[in-house]
Amino acid sequence: MAEQDWKANKRVFAAVSLPTLLWTILFFVVPMAIVWVYSFGENAGLNEIRFSGTLDNYKRATEFLYLSIFGKSFAVAALVTLICLIVGFPVAMAITFASEKWRPWLLLGIMLPFWTNLLVRTYALMILLGQQGYANQGLGALWGGASWVKTLVGLEPLPTWEPVQLLFNNFAVVFGLVYVHLPFMVLPLYAALDRLDRSLIEASLDLGAGHFRTIMRIVVPLAAPGIVAGVMITLIPALGAYLTPDLMGGTDSQMIANVIERQFKKANDWPFGAALSFLLIYAMFILIALQSMRRKVPEVR
Amino acid sequence: MTEPAQPIIQIQNVSKRFGKVTAVDNVSLDILAGEFFVLLGPSGCGKTTLLRMIAGFELPSEGRVLIDGQDMAGIPPNKRPVNMVFQSYAVFPHMSVADNVAYGLKIAGVKGGEARDRVAEALDLVKLGGFESRMPDQMSGGQRQRVALARSLVMRPKVLLLDEPLSALDAKLRAQMQFELSELQEKVGITFVTVTHDQDEALSMACRIAVINKGDVSQLAAPSDLYEYPANRFVADFVGSVNIFEGKLTLDEPDKAAVDCPGLGKVYLNHGVTGPHGADVWVALRPEKIYLHVPGEGKAVKAAAQDAPDGYNFARGKIKGMSYLGDITLFEIELETGARIRVSRPNLSRHDQEDFTWDDKVSMHWRADSPVVLLG
Amino acid sequence: MALFRRTPIAPLEYSRTLWMRLWVGAVMLFLYAPLIVLMIFSFNDSKRNVVWRGFTMKYYDKALNNDALIEALVNSLTIAALATIFSLILGAIAAVLLWRFRFPFKAAVDGTISLPIIVPEICMGVAFLMFFAKGLNWPTDLIWPLNLGAITIAHITFCFPFVTMVVRSRLASFNREQEEAAKDLGAGEWQMFRDVLIPHMKPALVAGALLSFTLSLDDFVITYFTSGPDTITFPVKVYSMLRFSVTPEVNAASTILIILTIALTAIALKLQGVKTIAETH
Repeated sequence: MAEQDWKANKRVFAAVSLPTLLWTILFFVVPMAIVWVYSFGENAGLNEIRFSGTLDNYKRATEFLYLSIFGKSFAVAALVTLICLIVGFPVAMAITFASEKWRPWLLLGIMLPFWTNLLVRTYALMILLGQQGYANQGLGALWGGASWVKTLVGLEPLPTWEPVQLLFNNFAVVFGLVYVHLPFMVLPLYAALDRLDRSLIEASLDLGAGHFRTIMRIVVPLAAPGIVAGVMITLIPALGAYLTPDLMGGTDSQMIANVIERQFKKANDWPFGAALSFLLIYAMFILIALQSMRRKVPEVR
Repeated sequence: MTEPAQPIIQIQNVSKRFGKVTAVDNVSLDILAGEFFVLLGPSGCGKTTLLRMIAGFELPSEGRVLIDGQDMAGIPPNKRPVNMVFQSYAVFPHMSVADNVAYGLKIAGVKGGEARDRVAEALDLVKLGGFESRMPDQMSGGQRQRVALARSLVMRPKVLLLDEPLSALDAKLRAQMQFELSELQEKVGITFVTVTHDQDEALSMACRIAVINKGDVSQLAAPSDLYEYPANRFVADFVGSVNIFEGKLTLDEPDKAAVDCPGLGKVYLNHGVTGPHGADVWVALRPEKIYLHVPGEGKAVKAAAQDAPDGYNFARGKIKGMSYLGDITLFEIELETGARIRVSRPNLSRHDQEDFTWDDKVSMHWRADSPVVLLG
Repeated sequence: MALFRRTPIAPLEYSRTLWMRLWVGAVMLFLYAPLIVLMIFSFNDSKRNVVWRGFTMKYYDKALNNDALIEALVNSLTIAALATIFSLILGAIAAVLLWRFRFPFKAAVDGTISLPIIVPEICMGVAFLMFFAKGLNWPTDLIWPLNLGAITIAHITFCFPFVTMVVRSRLASFNREQEEAAKDLGAGEWQMFRDVLIPHMKPALVAGALLSFTLSLDDFVITYFTSGPDTITFPVKVYSMLRFSVTPEVNAASTILIILTIALTAIALKLQGVKTIAETH
């Protein structure tokens, strides 16, 4: 039985549609509309804003400074997504093909960090990546080991280990974002792989393809919807990330969300902040539109 | 039944359209109190829609449905004196067997000892006594179906509707349940209305069968009448296996008729068929009603001539295919006219299947009361 | 022992091959090592998270006696509890609406309801800041817990679409014949909803509750824009502590929060079993 026409049962329809619509309109559509209206306003005095319908805010957003921040945000988000995909795909494969007993626990292992507080996780990573943190110590030990091996074979030892700056730079931002977003990638990948008909893999192996070729030619194309979903689910929040670049980045690692925040909390230029916010939202829409265009490709079931 | 039974369900000029698709097209039929009625048809023929209109889950676009003389228009499913056993059984997975069966009683306000007794009685009826505290996921498909049956029977409905009740069971269990369902129906005396696409199921259980095709009743008859006297090509073909040949009516008198079939030959019947002389008709001949003879044809001609004039009810051909099914062997024979005919032959002795083989020339005959002449 | 007495690896048992195991192990290490190090250092008798100087509970003592921190934690838990309850109700209602009915502008309504999932947090934060400050002139001097109203409303708005998503995908597997069976046996609309539909939704409701609670407890950005000086939540408090001075108290407080998350997860697992929870995501 398909969906019921709303006219067939008006009482129930009213009971479920009114709360939903009222809440969504009042507490989501209206606030967003306010931001949209503000983005066409200008500052007039300290606490006054005139809604003049000006496009100045958008013009200013296209200045090189802001465009480069947008570009950088995209580049960082794309890099993070790519790393998550490369790291996450084998994990999703492993979960999919794990035994009945192990699979739920592996999934839980991926999900538990996802449920853990983002700030706590970021902070935990900062401890590890600090100047004298374990990451540096580990690298130092490796360096020392390499040096020792070199002397063993009669070569000059390496110069003494200098702790590297792992925090407060672009590397830290990418590393932190990967750390935070990895579960986002693994879960949709797993969902897609889990739906995959295993006999297709067996057929490929049966027809003489190796494992690598089977994965590249059979598994990846069939899991494409899940890969796209995973990419979107990682790319979108990574693009709008605020906390990780704020805490782990250096002075040059600002992303677009940090710039928006500054307009509200420090520069007190709400109209410009509103315009930047909407540009970010438009960017999301474009990404989603691109994804839905991909879906039009017919799929053989 | 000696006295004429009262109709419990009257379907009067009912049509149902979904958008542009007409699922049920101006159907009228009466279902009698206490009978086991089967709606038989291929998938998508509208039989399930008809059943759901009786239950109240679909509303007729036109026409009326009466239950026990009362017009059901405007009465929702939860107020109708009928209950349904769903195709998927729809046993509530989060309730025990007893809670499932007691669900309707609880809503009807039947409480305490009476409710318990009725649940126990219903479970005994479907042979599930002692399963009260089981959860549905601990039961087999067949057992779940019994729970669904008990859950409906406990309501003591005037009519029990069953939507493809046996389709999800394996072949052995299905045969057993066919038998049990008819037994159960006789025991409780409730009118059963069943929807199925399986002709064996329909033939074995029903008092009367309505064959539905494209939203319309093709024929309503008792099982044996349906099989032996199909009213049209659709019924002949859908119920059982049949050979159908086109022909022209050459003779039609009250006690005999003859049809000239280019594909089969000359066919003689020992009864009349009320059709215009020279009309285009079809002859239906069931595979089991054709006798197969070893090459020499004298015996076949003689046998045919016993109840038909010379040259009638006789054909020659060559075996093109055969499949041994254990109880019978099925032959596919190419006639001299080039047409093909299917013949089945019971394996009465252990070596019967060795009598014929591929490419054997054979002759056939059939009796004068075997062919059915169809006008549409 | 099982490691050594193993049956041969079948072609599709990818997860049993060595390099797959190493890979998964490395990823798990990557995900968990920072958290474990943080938890260990919360017991370290030193101001810096570098060298182990002996076991101590004094930072827990300090954290638990830090009134501002405790208040922030209580605020966070209150908001999370309220947001969870309302998100469950609203989310389930919206899921039923979208699952059951066909109505004009359905695609638009569907899209708008799911939009909070994809709109960046920063934009939602900005929107709520403007909405409460300029749009509503929301009073900021209400008594506790009413002063948490603005934050709670914001949290419900971004949590309930997730509940809708989870519940809706669960509803897709609902056998409508069960609904019909209930009605056939005499149940009205509401009885059917209570006896059949809600029990079917239960695993999704448990998962949705866990999701809402953790999302609400987790949220920093939106709260940062919506909170006032009297309505600090735990993440906002930790953020300011991190910004100004890293003290081991933060380690202790964070450990408490991690334990809380694990406990919550355990409760959800107890209620629903690991399989169902895992599958609803």
